Amino acid sequence: MTAVVATNETILVVGGGISGMTAALEAAETGKRVVLVEKRPYLGGRVTQLYKYFPKLCFPTCGLEINQRRAKMNPNLTILTLAEVTGLTGSEGDYTATVKLSPRYVNERCTACGDCGTAVEAEFDDDYNYGLGKRKGAYLPYRMAHPARYVLDPAIIGTPDADKAKAACKYDAIDLEMREETVEFRCGAVIWATGWKPYDAAKIQPYGYDRIANVITSVEFERLADPNGPTGGKLVRPSDGREAKKVAFIQCAGSRDRNHLLHCSRICCMASLKQATYVADAFADDAEINIYYIDLRAIDRFEDFYNKVRANQNIKFIKSKPASIVADKDGNPIVHGVDTEGYNRFAEPHDLVVLAIGMEPAVDKDAFPVSIVINREGFIEASPENGGVFAAGCASDALDVNRSAQHATGAALRAIQVVNRVARAEV
Amino acid sequence: MGDLNTAMIEKYRNRFLKEVEANVEEGEWVKMCMQCGVCSGSCPLGKFWEHPPQEIFMMIRAGKRDEVLSSESVWMCTSCYNCIVRCPRELPITHIMHGLAHYAKRLGLVPKNQPTAKFAQMFWDNLMVKGRVNELKLGLNLYFMNGIGDGVKVALKNQKIGLGMLKSKRMNPLEAVGGHAVKDLKGFHAVLKKAQELEDKRLADHGA
Ligand SMILES: Cc1cc2nc3c(=O)[nH]c(=O)nc-3n(C[C@H](O)[C@H](O)[C@H](O)COP(=O)(O)OP(=O)(O)OC[C@H]3O[C@@H](n4cnc5c(N)ncnc54)[C@H](O)[C@@H]3O)c2cc1C
Ligand code: SF4
Ligand code: SF4
Ligand code: SF4
Ligand code: SF4
Repeated sequence: MTAVVATNETILVVGGGISGMTAALEAAETGKRVVLVEKRPYLGGRVTQLYKYFPKLCFPTCGLEINQRRAKMNPNLTILTLAEVTGLTGSEGDYTATVKLSPRYVNERCTACGDCGTAVEAEFDDDYNYGLGKRKGAYLPYRMAHPARYVLDPAIIGTPDADKAKAACKYDAIDLEMREETVEFRCGAVIWATGWKPYDAAKIQPYGYDRIANVITSVEFERLADPNGPTGGKLVRPSDGREAKKVAFIQCAGSRDRNHLLHCSRICCMASLKQATYVADAFADDAEINIYYIDLRAIDRFEDFYNKVRANQNIKFIKSKPASIVADKDGNPIVHGVDTEGYNRFAEPHDLVVLAIGMEPAVDKDAFPVSIVINREGFIEASPENGGVFAAGCASDALDVNRSAQHATGAALRAIQVVNRVARAEV
Repeated sequence: MGDLNTAMIEKYRNRFLKEVEANVEEGEWVKMCMQCGVCSGSCPLGKFWEHPPQEIFMMIRAGKRDEVLSSESVWMCTSCYNCIVRCPRELPITHIMHGLAHYAKRLGLVPKNQPTAKFAQMFWDNLMVKGRVNELKLGLNLYFMNGIGDGVKVALKNQKIGLGMLKSKRMNPLEAVGGHAVKDLKGFHAVLKKAQELEDKRLADHGA
């Protein structure tokens, strides 16, 4: 049984992405007791699936490594993975949280040696790679996963693969008897940092994401560019593995659209500018990049990055929200539309189309286990009615990493104030 | 230019957007257009338009009154609704197009021999007689819209379809003489008369 030691001076952080990690560490490093609850088997959230960060084009692994070390060193922080908050009752300064823990089937004795992974056979879509690749039923979710511990896919439990995995483990780390558990503990304040998910691209019917292999989303493109990704960092098209030298980026795919997401997802202009550099870096003068946009929103200091990208002759900007995409007989996606600077009609073939997909809240409006003020876009609104529950990062709005971390630090401060009040009252 | 038109220009001067908002059906939506281009790219008639919808909306805002109201473009829309379902701002583009055409007609600015306008008039006149559309007569009128020679050619080309429709009882040759009316033809005309009165009053109060 998992035991969680907590009091009403404990801070609960829900979601262990960059925002939740930041909030949890900031609070724990001031000496507060923190329980971090993460649904995935590892921390880091969606930034673990990015190749590089705009605007500096540095690697997310760098900041993640620092945070993971901070987490390992801090005795005040309890991390629960494969965990979800299913209930939250009480009020500011005195909550009781119910958390459901799904079995990992691997205990803390695991050294991540990988023998179980070699032993099993069945393969599954790799959700870390947005389904672009396959993984085994005994796996390390990704290279830098924290905790660095293997996971058994529940689908192999009860199959011969489970026994093979167990037999392969020299450290007695595999426990096929693990069951789902529910734990209950107290906390004084809650930081809600469940982040975002990519909008379902198949809903944007005219763009044919569900019909055309060579129309992919921006989150998938990050995985293609990553040397640790499913293609070893090669920018190739899904249909035939050919190099994708002529690439279209379609902005506002699902965002700023009353048929889809009402809001501007705020990061996707920058994400496409960044991804354009992936193509330019890979193919130099052979690269042909078309960015189709309504307006380019590279805000404040990002203007410099925009100007740098703009200076590249191989990157063209077309002011137009394309009307539709169809594939020709060779699987080349053809982008159709009319531009706004001259009303010229175009039908432009490409090797690959990348939809700069919008960000929507990860948690559904109706799925919050606690009553909370949600705006019409589904993000958490700061409000006194939320009591001791504070949003951090993309649970509150579409934000980049920098703004998420700032916002998370603010949320940590608010939570600390709540538990400080509790502490004073009890003296 | 008619008196009505001159008066209108005086009233709105360069504020064509305001004029459209006040007088064109769904005209108040024009200002919501963010010039993304989806409607123009989605229109199946796109390449035949002189000014696609997106451009028309920009021209309205730019005050290009004559170019818009006397344009063939506002008559091009076939009501396929492609643009409406895709417009990220949910503009009722189809209705605005018809609204502009209707307004142009009221002001007498329809281009000469505009085929859609001619057909619309033909449809209306046909409907008025019996309170229901006499498809046979309308079809025949349509064939001969561009003169006898042309009409015979079109009629011959469509002979097979016509015979098929006769066989499947989708067309009754007797409709060519007289044709049957709605149950209460008098009532039908009274409704329309009243509607016209209301419309005239609305125009007198708010519009032109
Ligand atoms: C294509 C693309 C490229 C991007 N590139 C950049 C870039 O270059 N630079 C940049 O600054 N930003 C970039 N971003 C934005 C960046 O991804 C976000 O700012 C960042 O992921 C926000 O972190 P977060 O912790 O708020 O959310 P997330 O990363 O979504 O983390 C939320 C965590 O909460 C967990 N969770 C969700 N629901 C529950 C639940 N019910 N219970 C428990 N846990 C839960 C999730 O598993 C996840 O681990 C990009 C975004 C996109 C779409
Ligand atoms: S579970 Fe055992 S075999 Fe698998 S990686 Fe961990 S230690 Fe190695
Ligand atoms: S950031 Fe750019 S691509 Fe993303 S929704 Fe806003 S305008 Fe569109
Ligand atoms: S689709 Fe809508 S918003 Fe876009 S240009 Fe057309 S009318 Fe304007
Ligand atoms: S409804 Fe009219 S304007 Fe809209 S796409 Fe169809 S024909 Fe074009």
